[in-house]
Amino acid sequence: MGWLGPAEIEALKLSLRVSVWATVVSLPLGVFVAYALARWRFPGRQLLNALVHLPLILPPVVTGYLLLLAFGLQAPVGRFLAELGIVFAFRWTGAALAAGIMAFPLMVRAIRLSIEAVDPRLEQAGATLGAARPLVFATVTLPMILPGIIAGAILAFAKAMGEFGATITFVSNIPGQTQTLPSAVYAFLQVPGGEAAAMRLVIVSIVLAMGALMLSEYVGRRAAARVAGT
Amino acid sequence: MSLSVRLNHKLPDIELDIRFEAPAGVTVLFGRSGSGKTTIVNAVAGLVRPRAGRVALDDWVLFDTEAGLWVPPHRRRLGYVFQEGRLFPHLTVRQNLYFGRWFAPRNAPREDPDRVIDILGIGHLLDRRPARLSGGEKQRVAIGRALLASPRMILADEPLAALDEARKAEILPYFERLRDEVSVPILYVTHSAAEVARLATSVVVLQDGKVQRQGPASEVLADPSVAPAGVREVGAVLQVRVAAHHDDGLTELEAGGARLFLPRIRHAVGDPLRVRIPAQEVILSNRPPEGLSALNVLEGTVLSIRAGEGPGAIVSVRTRAGTVLARVTRRSVAALGLQPGSTCHAIVKTVAIAPQDVGGRMAARQARCSPRA
Repeated sequence: MGWLGPAEIEALKLSLRVSVWATVVSLPLGVFVAYALARWRFPGRQLLNALVHLPLILPPVVTGYLLLLAFGLQAPVGRFLAELGIVFAFRWTGAALAAGIMAFPLMVRAIRLSIEAVDPRLEQAGATLGAARPLVFATVTLPMILPGIIAGAILAFAKAMGEFGATITFVSNIPGQTQTLPSAVYAFLQVPGGEAAAMRLVIVSIVLAMGALMLSEYVGRRAAARVAGT
Repeated sequence: MSLSVRLNHKLPDIELDIRFEAPAGVTVLFGRSGSGKTTIVNAVAGLVRPRAGRVALDDWVLFDTEAGLWVPPHRRRLGYVFQEGRLFPHLTVRQNLYFGRWFAPRNAPREDPDRVIDILGIGHLLDRRPARLSGGEKQRVAIGRALLASPRMILADEPLAALDEARKAEILPYFERLRDEVSVPILYVTHSAAEVARLATSVVVLQDGKVQRQGPASEVLADPSVAPAGVREVGAVLQVRVAAHHDDGLTELEAGGARLFLPRIRHAVGDPLRVRIPAQEVILSNRPPEGLSALNVLEGTVLSIRAGEGPGAIVSVRTRAGTVLARVTRRSVAALGLQPGSTCHAIVKTVAIAPQDVGGRMAARQARCSPRA
C-alpha cells in the first residue's frame, strides 16, 4: 500500500479497528434483541423495536449529540464509566460505540428476518426430543439463522466503516485517535491540495464496500445452501 | 406402561372434553378432521397447555392443573412423529437420528441404533440431508429419530396423511414392526379406518371433542355405530391365519374354522394376519347362496341391525371367523326378514379384501386384547 500516505494508512487502520470492535461487541446483543423481537411477546416490545430503529431515522448528528450528552466527560454516565476506566469521549472507543449504535438497526433487521423464517415447529420438535430451550436455540435455531447473522454482521461492518455524522459529532476528528476513513476524507477535502489523498481513500472505501458486499453474498449463499440441505 | 388422559380445552370450533386410557401396544385416536385429535396429542407432548386436565404415564404425572403441575416438553421424553416429519434441514439423516440421544438421560433405556436403522431400512440414507429424501423416507427417518430419543412412549400424529397411497403402503409395515418388535407403547392419531384396522390394539373414537367409544380394536371396529369417518369407512376386522397358497393365484385364509380366499399375498403359511372387510363390500343372503361367483361365504347369525338416516342399514353378523359388518338397504333387511338372531350368509367378494387392507402380523399380546379374534 505504498501509494497511501501514513495519515491515510492510519485512518484506514483505525476505521478497521473501530468497525471490527463495533460489529463483534454488538453481535451477541443483536442476536438477542432480534430473537426477542421475533419470538417473544412482552410489554414494551414496540418500544424496544422503535428504540432499535431510532438511529436509522434520526439525523446522525442528533445521535452523536445524544451520545455526547450521555457519555461525554461532563455527563453522569460518562463520569461514572470514567471512574471504572472506560472512556468514550474523544477516543477511538467512542467512535466504535457510535458506529455500533448506528449499525445496530441494520444488524437486527437482517437477523430478525432470518429468525422469522425458521419454522417454530422445528423448535417444538427439538423440545420433544429432549432439548431445553437454550439447547434448542443452539442446535436448531442458531445453525439455521447463521446466514442471517453473517449477513447482518457484514452489513453492520460496512455501515460502521462508513459512519461519519454521529462519530464526528461525538468524538470529533482527531488524527490517530478518532479520525476514521470518512472523517479523513472530509478533513482532506477541507485543506488545499488534499484532493489526491481524499480520492485515494475514496477508492479504498469503494473497494472495501464492494468486497464486504460480495463476501456477504458468497457466505450467505453457501450457508443458505447448507441449511436448505442441498 | 399405560397413559391416562383427562383433558378439557376450548378450541375455536369445539369444546374438547375427553378422558381415556391408552394401554400397552398401539392406541389409535380415531376421528374425522377437526375432532380435536392433534390438540390431544400436543397436550400430551406438552406443546399445548390445556385449560384443565391431567395426563400421567403410569404414576408419572406429566401435568395436572389441579395440582399445578407441568412438566416441560423436553423433560417428558415422548417421541413425537409429526405429520410433516419436521426433520432438521441443516442436519444429516444420521445427525437427525442421534439428535434426541444427545439430550436423553444417560441411564435411560436405549434402543440399539443399528437395529432401528435396520428395521426402518434407512441405512443407505445416513449421510444425506432431509431435502434429498422422498416423503416416505423422511417419515421413516422421523420415526427413527423419535425412537432413538429413548422415549417412554411414541406419539404419532397422522404420520401418513401427507403421503400418497404408495408411500403409505411403504410406511405402515414399519409401524407394525414397531408395535410387534419394540416395547414402547404408541399413541397414534388417524382418520383412516384402514390404518386403525392394521395397527390398533385399542381404539379411542372421537367425535366433536368427546370420546364416543373406546376399547379393544376388534370390538370397537365391529360395532356398527362407530363410523366417525363416514359410513363408507365402516368395516370389521378379522383375525386370520394364512392356510395355504394355491396354484391359481389365490391365498387361503383360515379364521375360526371358516375359509376366506384372496389374491396371493406374500405372507408365509401359518402367519397370523388381520384383514379388514369394508361393510359395503358384503352382501347378505338368508339362504346358502348357489350359483354365485363369490368364493367367500360366511354363515352366521345377525347380532344387530342399525338403520342410518338414509335408505341404508349396517347389519352386524356373528360368524365363525368373527363379527362381520354388511352395509345393505333397509328394503333388503325387510325383504330378507332379517332381525337379531336370524341366520344369514355374508358374501364377501374376493377382491373386496383390498391389499392395503391386509394387515401384518399381530403379536400375542394384541391377540389377547381381542376377545373375538
